[in-house]
Amino acid sequence: MSAISSRRIVASPLAWLAWGFVGCFLVFMLALIAAVVVNSLGTRWLDDWLPDAITTHWYGDAWREFGLTSVMLVTIEIAAAVVALSLLIGVPASYALARRDFPGRRVVMLAFLIPLLLPPVTYGIPLATVLLRHDLGGTLTGVILANLVPSVPFVILTMTPFIEQIDPRIEAAARTLGAGTTTIFVRVLGPLLVPGMLAAGLLVLVRTVGMFELSFFTAGPGSQPLVVVLYYAAFAPGVRASQSIDAMAVIYMGLMLMLLVAALSFVNPTNLVARLRESP
Amino acid sequence: MRRRLAEHGIDRTLLLLLPALAFLVVIFLYPFVYGLVLSFQPERYVGVFANYQQFFADPFLRDTIAITLGLAVPASLFNVIASVPIAYRMRGAFRGKRLLIGMLVMPVTLGTVLIAKGLLTLLGARGWVNRALLELGLVEDPVRFVNNYWGVLLTLVITGFPFAFLLTLSYLGGIDPMLERAAATLGAGPRQRFWQITFPLLLPGLAITFILTFVLAFAVFPSAVLVGEPAGETRVISIVAYRAAYEQFDASMASAIAMIMGVVQLAVVALVLGVRGRLYRGPSGGTKG
Repeated sequence: MSAISSRRIVASPLAWLAWGFVGCFLVFMLALIAAVVVNSLGTRWLDDWLPDAITTHWYGDAWREFGLTSVMLVTIEIAAAVVALSLLIGVPASYALARRDFPGRRVVMLAFLIPLLLPPVTYGIPLATVLLRHDLGGTLTGVILANLVPSVPFVILTMTPFIEQIDPRIEAAARTLGAGTTTIFVRVLGPLLVPGMLAAGLLVLVRTVGMFELSFFTAGPGSQPLVVVLYYAAFAPGVRASQSIDAMAVIYMGLMLMLLVAALSFVNPTNLVARLRESP
Repeated sequence: MRRRLAEHGIDRTLLLLLPALAFLVVIFLYPFVYGLVLSFQPERYVGVFANYQQFFADPFLRDTIAITLGLAVPASLFNVIASVPIAYRMRGAFRGKRLLIGMLVMPVTLGTVLIAKGLLTLLGARGWVNRALLELGLVEDPVRFVNNYWGVLLTLVITGFPFAFLLTLSYLGGIDPMLERAAATLGAGPRQRFWQITFPLLLPGLAITFILTFVLAFAVFPSAVLVGEPAGETRVISIVAYRAAYEQFDASMASAIAMIMGVVQLAVVALVLGVRGRLYRGPSGGTKG
């Protein structure tokens, strides 16, 4: 039948196109990373295929010039505080949303969705103005508060379906056996929630370390995380050697890669949103 | 009274919602309303709506909406459309699947600066690609790939594609493969199975994927400065918002631009959700009996 043969002819170029795109994408990514890594390891690279010689001193230079020890500490402080606070605020709310079907539940869910649907610049600029008026502009607290805006809703949206799939009869059974609310939370629910909280926490961690806009708008000297320091260095070229900026970009990539590998080993990427699917 | 409320799902458990709601009001809603009010109190112009009038009267500001949409819409569309065939071919289990997924998702870790610097080194006038093209005699002069529209579009594909791919893969995972097999036993070929079974079930998920990819692309800022032409063809709306706030110190105008950005963004989201509402929405899992 001609229909079958024409189908094959149409289907296979599309398959080639798809795998071709994957191949090109991966090769291009490798070349892109190689270009930055080679530059960060080269002495002088002008009009040639490769730099004149290899050196590692740019990494030490970058670390000293940009004061990366304190920048890393700031980055860790911000990320740790955002993860801890967003879980602390988000998980109880997810529990209420998962276990109770009250009037207005959909409105509350929608309200938590909105910060994730707006570009960070939209609420980042007014928030930065408000923080400035309350003497929090440029402080670590301000940066942490700003980063909580998308993080708390993110925790709620990932934890609510996670809690929904925990059988409520487990809590009921514990209650009939005489456990109080505190005991149920600490001894029964807590251990069951740990995997979900770990996954949500790691994803918030990756998002926060990579979140540029909000930190950029709210940070000041002494409260700039690595992404912001990196942007300022790249934005004012000529002030620092191009190689030491590239070295810092590679350090940033290494940090993010570690976090992503950690996150992916706890979260199966293929059912990231399958769990999030709204019930029909 | 208490029992009747409890029947409607209202009891002390709801108190757990309070910290999150209070947080939302204090850190999100209050600044947002503050910004909205501020945008109607112009610092440099006279009149309640002066900031908005100024924005839409000045082509330097007004055109940023079209410029940003001109980057964000094609980039998001491309990312979503490219994700579908690739994710579709990666549904089943095969050796090295996790590794391949990891490699496709890896660009998430690169960061805008590394991507920008990499693109400039790779595609710049003296970069590897131009050098190869020159030596092969394909071009006479170096091709200008970066510091223009294409540089920014390329960045948006690099940062957006992994995200769109991951979401599409995840939505595909939620569609029961038994449905396609059932169609196959009824005589449907591979193309029919995809277009008549899987694709309609996937479409609502693709709408959400488009929205989330679009949010990222619409806010494009650092890459528009680093690999674009921030004074010209990649003068995106985030840049003028930033300049109003931090270079002209006009918080009122900056808030007005932020509000315009939010409205445009939500209009696109509403449009996509409106179309999505007309699509099939039902079980995509297996049905028994």
